[in-house]
Amino acid sequence: MANLMELLSFGDSGWGDELAHGVLVTVTLALATLPLGLLIGFLIAVAKNSSEPLLRNAAHVYTTIFRGLPELLTLFLIYYGGQMAMSALWRLLFGVPFEVNSYLAGMIALALMFSSYASEVFLSAFKGITIGQYEGAYALGLSRFRTMMLIIVPQLVRLALPGLSNLWLILLKDTSLVSVIGLTDLLRNTNIAVGVTKQAFFFFFVACSLYLAMSIISSVGLRRVSAWAERGQGRH
Amino acid sequence: MTYIDAPSTERPPMVARRKWTGARITGLMLMMLWAALALSIVYMLVDGYDPEKVAKYGPRILSGIWVTVKLVAISIVLGALISIPVVIGRLSHNPIIGGIAFGYSYFFRGTPLLAQTFLVYYGAGQFTDALKSVGLWVFFRDAYFCAIFTFSLNTAAYQAEILAGAIRAVPSGQWQAADSLGLRPFTTMFKVILPQALITALRPYGNEVILMIKGSAIASIITVLDLMGQTRYAFSKTYDLQIYIWAAVIYLITVEVLRRLWEMMERRLTRHLKR
Repeated sequence: MANLMELLSFGDSGWGDELAHGVLVTVTLALATLPLGLLIGFLIAVAKNSSEPLLRNAAHVYTTIFRGLPELLTLFLIYYGGQMAMSALWRLLFGVPFEVNSYLAGMIALALMFSSYASEVFLSAFKGITIGQYEGAYALGLSRFRTMMLIIVPQLVRLALPGLSNLWLILLKDTSLVSVIGLTDLLRNTNIAVGVTKQAFFFFFVACSLYLAMSIISSVGLRRVSAWAERGQGRH
Repeated sequence: MTYIDAPSTERPPMVARRKWTGARITGLMLMMLWAALALSIVYMLVDGYDPEKVAKYGPRILSGIWVTVKLVAISIVLGALISIPVVIGRLSHNPIIGGIAFGYSYFFRGTPLLAQTFLVYYGAGQFTDALKSVGLWVFFRDAYFCAIFTFSLNTAAYQAEILAGAIRAVPSGQWQAADSLGLRPFTTMFKVILPQALITALRPYGNEVILMIKGSAIASIITVLDLMGQTRYAFSKTYDLQIYIWAAVIYLITVEVLRRLWEMMERRLTRHLKR
């Protein structure tokens, strides 16, 4: 047992620092994906909520594609497809090949998946806002953009928060897939540690526990955010 | 007094000509973008059609589809079976049993499926001797069985939450009514509560099947040759992106068809609830 604990120490002999670095990469990747995914998801939801059928359909195509594809396949398509497309373009423009950053590819793939689910969450939140809110804002002479920003979005946040919290936890777990395209996230570093030490069960169990810890911490944080969002709702 | 309006002699209002609003232009442009993307993919698949590659990798892809179907079907059924004791635990008033069930479901829902798969597949390799002595090594040696094992445990946790939630959502009046009719708890559960709970659970179950189909691609990472595994194999031999596109099309069609079928089934099964 002491032997196993030694394996987790920080420094040259242990893998603690590698795992900690992996956690950092996992968390920053998820955090970097979040705003991008939220923004795209929100725009898609606005499009789905539009009275214009063309715009609605275009948005529905997006969701159908990225909700239907396996996460792993989306990642490979972005990584290899992006690699081939960018290489062709770069060679055409500058005459040198282009190396696709696996961090960026992972971020884009995760944002595509996150946003397609988030758009559904936002859409159902939009349905929870009565038409009187829009009418009241227009009657006050607010423009459509200001109505959205000042009246609708603040209410939307509260309604969408439970769904988005779930999506955040899913996103945190899905980041583990980027280890397959060589990004040194938690799971990848665990794999390396296993390769060297042959302590597969121990290290993967530690990795699972770290993921669990991340999701517990997230849950606690999200409960705080939710309490903050519900503060205007009276007794709760 | 009732009277019927005389049929209007007025002509129906003219259909207002739709204006070119910003939303419409954006929508049209986005639709054109999708069409262009679809056309270029079709062009790529037609232009790059290579009878030799199709003959070489076509059968592999087909066998991959079959492996994926088996993997998902077995995992879902096994998961449903495993979920029953977990549901009982989740609904139990005993804090120890409830805690164990909660811990199980929290672990499997809180960690990535990929990490769980690694834990089972590579972790089992560490206990070769122990597993050999109890005769389980034949099972854990095979990546395919390891994938089924992990996926079943994983989906059992999700299915347990779905079912437990659905049972809790049945109003307590149903229990009391069954009680006052003198039904035994067993009869109450199977004749009164479950039929109602399963209708609530129908949609989440469908989502879980779809998530499992998508998640099963993870098996390819531990060398299982499912649809994704065969695709990765073919790609590693040819560096032809088309193969990924084909896999994407197959997955998309499967998921979309299943989603539609499930929607139809749900509409049919809940028709007595419609007013």
